Amino acid sequence: MAAAESYPEELRYHEEHDWARIEGDEALLGITWFAADSLGELVHFEPPEAGSSVTKDQSYGEVESVKAVSDVIAPLSGEVLEVNRQVVDAPETVNEEPYGNGWLVRIRLTDPGEADALLDAGAYRQLLASQ
Amino acid sequence: MPTPETLQHTPLHDRHVALGARMVPFAGWEMPVQYAGVIPEHRAVRTDAGVFDVSHMGELEVEGPHARELLQAALSNDLDRLATGEAQYTLLTNEAAGIIDDLIVYRTGEHAYLLVVNASNRGPAYDWLKDREIRGSDVRDVSEDCALLAVQGPRALERLGLAPAKPFTFGESSIDGVEVMVNRTGYTGEEGCELLCMSEDAARLWDAVLERGVVPCGLGARDTLRLEVCYPLQGNDIGPETDAISAGLGWACALDKEFEGVDVLRRVKADGPESRLVAFVMEDKAIPRHGMPIEGGGEVTSGSHSPMLEIGIGMGYVPAAQAKPGTELTIDVRGRPRRARVVKKPIYKRED
Repeated sequence: MAAAESYPEELRYHEEHDWARIEGDEALLGITWFAADSLGELVHFEPPEAGSSVTKDQSYGEVESVKAVSDVIAPLSGEVLEVNRQVVDAPETVNEEPYGNGWLVRIRLTDPGEADALLDAGAYRQLLASQ
Repeated sequence: MPTPETLQHTPLHDRHVALGARMVPFAGWEMPVQYAGVIPEHRAVRTDAGVFDVSHMGELEVEGPHARELLQAALSNDLDRLATGEAQYTLLTNEAAGIIDDLIVYRTGEHAYLLVVNASNRGPAYDWLKDREIRGSDVRDVSEDCALLAVQGPRALERLGLAPAKPFTFGESSIDGVEVMVNRTGYTGEEGCELLCMSEDAARLWDAVLERGVVPCGLGARDTLRLEVCYPLQGNDIGPETDAISAGLGWACALDKEFEGVDVLRRVKADGPESRLVAFVMEDKAIPRHGMPIEGGGEVTSGSHSPMLEIGIGMGYVPAAQAKPGTELTIDVRGRPRRARVVKKPIYKRED
């Protein structure tokens, strides 16, 4: 079952509909409920290699539904520590739990200060409302 | 591309919006691509019954004592094999044997035929036939008067209360008081029918079908369903630049009669086509898409995720030497080489 719409307060958001859960010098990255709902049920996640680096505002992977392909934009820069194999094996996990088991990668931040430029949940909701 | 203001609406547009469908532009029409989701809709058709609004498709009537003569010279299949009450898959071809459209022709009377053509080819198909009209044959575009609902799936006929009938036959019936022409045809590989009714009755018929527990399905599921069973999509897999033999549609071409482009088809058949439209499944995790190059000189013409097999599947043209089932292909998925394997059509077959 697809999750109900939500944007947790503890996350930071990128305007390309990506989120970051920052914990110390690491972060989990994923796509928002809005992004997952727009695509429809995900059927493929093309992940980056563990050990590769991701750059804020640039694509680090692709997610696909039956009808569409979308780049996944990094909200923060860092080194990929782990790819979520559960999503590789069962991409629909992203629709079911976009902020829980549906995370995409875990990274080590190379520039934690970048987080200051991200949106909080309220600002992200406003962005969605204005679109 | 037309702006949203100029997109045409079927008589069921309000129904789709009310159901929360995601509406998209398609061939000049604003059409539902999905309601609940492509995958659940796809599975509903494979396991029970789904309904598609395909009122954007065109309906052409060809009538008169010379209607047969006109159509026999324009269409690839042999019209003489068609009795009144029967239908046939056939191709409208040009002089070079390119496919102007693929369509179904229904023989509605001794001298009367109905052609159901693709939405994007309603104009071209009408113009093509009108240009060739002969005395005693009258070609009319009646699309505006008609709505068409495809009700497909193993329980489609049962849910509609219709008796089983042979594929490619049709008859008159009524569903909850709405007069319909029931065609035992479809584009999903499942049992079922296509219901043709008057435009003004479309909403009543749609409501009656949904009340019988049939699941509303959008163009997204229609595309994955037809791809699993390898029905070609005009404009993607076939078109004015491709010929029927290379596309594997020789069975719909009567090469022993005369029609536009038949000489070319006879030659391609005798020499063997240079490339063939094959079906393939992905061996690597990836989803092939229309336009992706195939190593060795081919191209994907249709590609998607198969909701039944849960892998990437597709069709594409490859050099004839690579067309045998079992042949390994490499597809360029946005710069990444991904392995696929040619399979026999259809890709998906129901287990009986």
